[in-house]
Formats: sequence, structure tokens, C-alpha cells
Amino acid sequence: MWPIIHKLGSPKWFYTMSGRWLPFLWGSGTILVVLGSLWGLAFAPPDYQQGDSFRILYVHVPAAILAQSCFALMAMCSLIFLVWRIKLADMVAGAAAPFGAAMTFGALFSGAVWGVPTWGTWWVWDARLTSMLLMLFLYLGIMALRGAFASRDGGARAAAILTLVGVINLPIIKYSVVWWNTLHQGATFSLTEKPAMPASMWLPLLLMVIGFYLLFAAVTVARTRNEIIRRQPTARWVRALVQGGRHGL
Amino acid sequence: MTAERTATDRIAGPLPGLWQGFSATLSRDCRLRFRRRSELANPLIFFALIVTLFPLGLAPDSTLLSSIAPGLLWVAALLSVLLSLDGLFRDDFDDGTLEQLLLAPQPTGILVLARIVAHWLTTGLPLALISPLLAVMLSLPGHSMDVLMLTLLLGSATLSLIGAIGAALTVGLRRGGVLLSLLILPLYTPVLIFGAGTVRLAIEGAPVAPWLALMGAMLALSLLAAPWAAAAALKLSLDG
Repeated sequence: MWPIIHKLGSPKWFYTMSGRWLPFLWGSGTILVVLGSLWGLAFAPPDYQQGDSFRILYVHVPAAILAQSCFALMAMCSLIFLVWRIKLADMVAGAAAPFGAAMTFGALFSGAVWGVPTWGTWWVWDARLTSMLLMLFLYLGIMALRGAFASRDGGARAAAILTLVGVINLPIIKYSVVWWNTLHQGATFSLTEKPAMPASMWLPLLLMVIGFYLLFAAVTVARTRNEIIRRQPTARWVRALVQGGRHGL
Repeated sequence: MTAERTATDRIAGPLPGLWQGFSATLSRDCRLRFRRRSELANPLIFFALIVTLFPLGLAPDSTLLSSIAPGLLWVAALLSVLLSLDGLFRDDFDDGTLEQLLLAPQPTGILVLARIVAHWLTTGLPLALISPLLAVMLSLPGHSMDVLMLTLLLGSATLSLIGAIGAALTVGLRRGGVLLSLLILPLYTPVLIFGAGTVRLAIEGAPVAPWLALMGAMLALSLLAAPWAAAAALKLSLDG
């Protein structure tokens, strides 16, 4: 067990292995998102009530799912970093944060645009919108806190503590806001129930969600690789890598 | 280990226990806070000022004011607590007392809890006590006063506990104040929602016990988790 964890946590091993995964992640993610968009935007049947405006769903839902998954990933990495002091976990958490914030903003923005034709307003103080907005503030706070520390290790630990506090609070925020007000429809996807939409509608959505996940993995891995190089510019294997050209490892 | 222990025993006697450490920190902090009377009054004045600003900005209409009074009083109380948080660890960080707190033989979480209790006794408790006065000025119905005070008592303790995490995270930073509000305000929203919501329920005459129980649950949860998170944050603030 332990040798595997140490191997996984070694930046050099991660750099070498992720170099092999990366083209696959970028390629399959892009193909799925392009396929899903074409299918969803051009070929899926229009909604009987909302007409064509429902197609925003194909961006809105994956963005919202990714925003939450990204926070979960950051929380896991923060816990691993705080408990076992594996630096790679912190690098992943730091690399994932801007993507998560962007997805949260994307979900909010696409939701606002979608709200105009369906609810007749850009913004309502609905439970889901409000809890997403608060999650965006949490993301921004975590990123700002990491940047505010002069020492990298201090910023990393502070961000990890705040991420864990945030992840305990997110369900509380979520349910308190739900009790406060709710207008949004329930979740679109559920693992236990059969989707209410016809297959021609939810299959492109499924493609989009998987595609978004793959692109998220690609972005996070690429950013983590950059961070590894940035943090260890003097390590022997990094020097060898630079001298041996880009494709050395 | 035993040799070290006997050496300490010879110099200072047996180590003080948990309760002694807690009560010593609590009484020291309370004494310090009561000696700086002007600082003690600042959050209260701030609270009263914010409440005064709203009628000026809206309209002196008593039906309008009484309908927004629960939320307004709660937001004002929340901001006053936020304002006072920066002083929770700042002075002791500057003069090195904080390092002694971390070096103490008792678990840091217990000592941090003592500081938080002292902070609540000197901000949250007075805020709750003067809130009926300001509530009368906003023409909040009389039968909801006791619920308002009760929610502020419970809620402000939760605010102090959660706020301590943010204060501990930002104490080492030169301009931590703005960052502190960015970190803490999203975490404060559940307390605000339940605090103001309970008062609104009380105005309508609905039963408030379930909501008060939920506020108590939030207090219990933060009582368990927050002192330890704040202690961990203090350790890293002193390292970095």
C-alpha cells in the first residue's frame, strides 16, 4: 500500500506518467464535447414547452456538475495534503481551483441567460442559484487566501484548511438556502432513477458531461505538470528534462 | 520522558490541567478586553450606527421598517462581529503571546476555545442584550423581542466560532481584513438565514422551536470543529 502511495505522490513519477495520459485526455475530451454540442444543439428534438431555449442545458448542467466535483476533488486533495503532507496533492488542489471557479461562474451565467426565456428574469434569489453564488465566493476566497501568503507552504496549508471548512459548510449552506427559498427544478440526472427525458435528449447531455470531466482532468493535469516544474526547477530530473528537449520524458 | 517530567515538576510543580488552562486563558482575555473599554464599545456603536443608517436610506415608514427589521438587525449584528474578529488574535500575534499559547502544555484547541468564549462574552452577548433597544426603533413587534435576543445569543456564538477560523488564517497577513470578510461571509450565510428566519416566524406567530433547535445544532457542530481548525490555522500562521 505505502510504496504505491509514495510512488503516486512523487512528482517525477506523476510527470512521466501524466505525459502519456495527457494527449488521450485532451483528444477524447475535445471529441466528446464537439460531438455532444453538435448533437445537442443541432439534432436533439426541441423541448415541447421551452422550444430551443432548453439547449442551454447542454452547457449549464455539465458546468454545474463540474463545479461541485471540482470542490470535492479539492477537498480530498486538501485532506491528503494536510494528513500525509504529500505536496503533489496540494499542487492538484491549486491547479483545480481556477477551473472550478470558472465552471461555477459558467453555470451561473448560463443559468441567468436561460432564466430570461423561461422564468422571465435574469436572476432570482432561488436556492440553487444562491448556493452556487456562495460557492463561487468560497472558490474566490480559497484562491485569494493561497495567493496572500508570502511562503508557498503557508498558503498551501491555509488554503487546505479553508477548503475543508468550506466542504463541511457547503451542505449546510445548500440546505439552509433550500429551506429559505426554492424555485429551481430538481436535479436532472440521478444515478438511481431512470431519466425523465427521452434518450435523444439525455444522451448528448451524457456525452457533454463525460467530455467536460475529461477536459477538466486534462486541464488539471497540465497545470499540475507546470506547477511541478515551477516548484523544482533545480531538481536533477527537471534539468535533464530541459536539456534533453521537451519530449525527453 | 520521565526525567524531563520530574525536572518540570521540581521547577513548577505538576502541569496545570485542561480546566485550569481554559479558565486561566478565559480570565486573562476577559480582563484584557475589559481594560480596553473603548474597543469593547466599538462593535456596539457600529451595530447601532448601521441600524440607524437604514431608515435614513429607505424611508421612515414603520410598516416597511418592521417588515425588514429581522434581516436588518441580523445583518448589522453579523457585520459587527466580523469587524471585531480582526482583534481576536492580532495583538497577541504582534507581541508574541500567541507563541506562548501554542507552547502551552494544554491542547491548543482548548485554549483557542477559551479565547473564543471571551470574544463572545464581550461582543456577541452585549450585541444580543442591546438588540431589543434597536428593535424598538425599527418597530419590531413586541412579542418577537425575546426570540430576537435568543437567536442573537445562539447565533453570535456560532459566528464567533466560525470567525475564529478566518481570523486565525489571516492573522499573519499584513492586510488580512478584507480577505477575512471574503473568507468568512459565505460561511456565515446559514446562521443569517436561520437567525433572521426564526425572528420572522416569531412575528407571524408560528412555532420557532424547530428553527431554534437547528441554530443550536449549528452551534454544537461549530463548537466541536471550529476551535481545532482555528488552532491548526494559528500554527501555520506562526510558521509561515
